Amino acid sequence: MRQIVLLKDIPDLTEIKLDSQTRAPIIEGVKRRISEVDKRALEAAIRLKEKVGGEVVALSLGDDKTKTALLEALAMGADAVYIVNEPELKGLDTNATSKVLEAAVKHAGDYDLIIAGEMTLDSLSSQIGPRLAQLLDIPQITYVKELNVADGKVRAVRDLEDVDEVVEAALPAVVSVVREINEPRIPNLMSIMRAKRKPQTVWGAGDIGLDASEVKSQSYVQITSVSAPKVERKQIRIEGESVEEAASKLVEALMQEGVI
Amino acid sequence: MSFLVFSEDRELAFQLLGKARELADKMGSEVAALAAGSDPMEYVSQGADKVYTVSGLGGFNVEPYGAAVVEAVKAANPSTVFMGATKRGKELAPRVASSLGVGCMNDCSGVELEEGKIVVERLTYGGSTVAKETSTSTPTVISFPPRCFEKLEPVERTGEVVELELDLPEPRVKVVESREKPKSTADLESASIIVSAGRGFKAKEDLRLLEEIAEILDAQIGCTRPISADLGWMDQWVGISGKKVKPSLYVACGVSGTIQHVAGIRDSQIIVSINSDERASIHGISDYSLVGDIYEVLPALTKALRERA
Ligand SMILES: Cc1cc2nc3c(=O)[nH]c(=O)nc-3n(C[C@H](O)[C@H](O)[C@H](O)COP(=O)(O)OP(=O)(O)OC[C@H]3O[C@@H](n4cnc5c(N)ncnc54)[C@H](O)[C@@H]3O)c2cc1C
Repeated sequence: MRQIVLLKDIPDLTEIKLDSQTRAPIIEGVKRRISEVDKRALEAAIRLKEKVGGEVVALSLGDDKTKTALLEALAMGADAVYIVNEPELKGLDTNATSKVLEAAVKHAGDYDLIIAGEMTLDSLSSQIGPRLAQLLDIPQITYVKELNVADGKVRAVRDLEDVDEVVEAALPAVVSVVREINEPRIPNLMSIMRAKRKPQTVWGAGDIGLDASEVKSQSYVQITSVSAPKVERKQIRIEGESVEEAASKLVEALMQEGVI
Repeated sequence: MSFLVFSEDRELAFQLLGKARELADKMGSEVAALAAGSDPMEYVSQGADKVYTVSGLGGFNVEPYGAAVVEAVKAANPSTVFMGATKRGKELAPRVASSLGVGCMNDCSGVELEEGKIVVERLTYGGSTVAKETSTSTPTVISFPPRCFEKLEPVERTGEVVELELDLPEPRVKVVESREKPKSTADLESASIIVSAGRGFKAKEDLRLLEEIAEILDAQIGCTRPISADLGWMDQWVGISGKKVKPSLYVACGVSGTIQHVAGIRDSQIIVSINSDERASIHGISDYSLVGDIYEVLPALTKALRERA
């Protein structure tokens, strides 16, 4: 079985600082890592491979830094990495991004399963899985928290608001996973060393048969501003000689506020 | 600028209709809806000028529902499609947008008209920032979760009902089993006081420390995602991927204060944090913070609350 996992490397959210004037996040220079839910998509693929055999390849639309971030995928157990890196294809919206990924998937060879995270944590858009399923015209299985493959079929448990839905579909299919599906492995030193010898292929737009400006013209959504909402909290530290005293002070303060 | 509204959740569809109606009235344009289930006239009384119906849709499945919405878009020819961002809606909206080859802004928190253009707000960067976005495609698909907007008071209006004759695709994903999740007893979204548990709690039994306080304050109990999704101690959590709450008092106990959690409590009037780590980020976004062990502080707090004047 051949699986393609979609990965995006994003700025480490815990290291993003805000511009003190504009409250815009400062992304420049922040280390990039594979987005957390994407990493669990990869873990799910590796576990399936360990069960049924085959190959796991990772695919990403990225830039010059993506190669470094995706070493982690190879260390975790991906067999190969494909990166689409084309200066003109930066800052695309989800419509254009999904077209690039569609072309790249078709170029990456046969596949039985495409696995993605439910969302990447930077854009939180939850669009790529469904869009890719639509473009490739294969089954779309979202919010997966349990994943199995047997007899040419994928069987999954979907985590919805009101129900856990057990579903089945023929391969190939697109699956997107939720954070709860697994706990991703932490690669050991040996696998990190070995990762450096695994293949990383970089494609430009032309390599996957795309006309970059044509794709770019299908990027419709623009972000006009990004900033962190102001938090205006009192930030009063409650202290006391004893826990009891602190607790009483807290109760007093809350009564003063009129909230209890 | 005309609208088409769809959500498989009728209440949510009515909320979206309320907003679409308001915007359409400003621009002097029309609102259409695709009805889920029966009684299309109810959509008219909630603000639609035209209601499309499709027979044979059945329970939610993204392929036939997607095909139905796409056909409704082709029939109504709107400039903007409003959809509900339930989990089902969030997988439907981009699928519909993809079929149409257009832009989609999923899971938005607000919408405004700026110089005649639709501008939405969405959380980004894990929930720590708000982005403003616009789209140049016609149509553009925009989704909103429940309770962003209020539905209108139903009024007697006239509207047209159009039945769409469709050959719906046979879904390729078969639902083998649907396991009902336990119904939540807590109503976090409308609670006025919430006491909330994070990973600082070592065992499920220890939640009784919170239950006592909840009883005294007539509060609801919330938690962080790992307490619910990983440990299964509660059936719903607070945060960007869970419930967004707006109580007058939110007490976070043993909660670290990650951006995903904080994104869900931002609208609280007063936030209290109790955490033994003085550097925990929750302290930085609280009104009152108490650095201490919940296993000592909560019993003391219970006592102090009982004794309060
Ligand atoms: C896509 C995605 C969506 C997410 N959505 C959400 C969401 O909606 N809501 C959410 O909550 N999380 C969400 N998360 C998870 C989030 O990233 C954190 O993992 C989670 O919020 C941490 O929960 P916590 O504060 O309970 O645990 P931890 O971060 O482990 O914090 C536990 C805290 O307890 C304190 N503590 C320990 N012992 C004691 C003690 N005895 N007394 C006092 N304090 C103590 C510690 O100092 C620590 O600060 C999401 C993650 C992803 C990837």
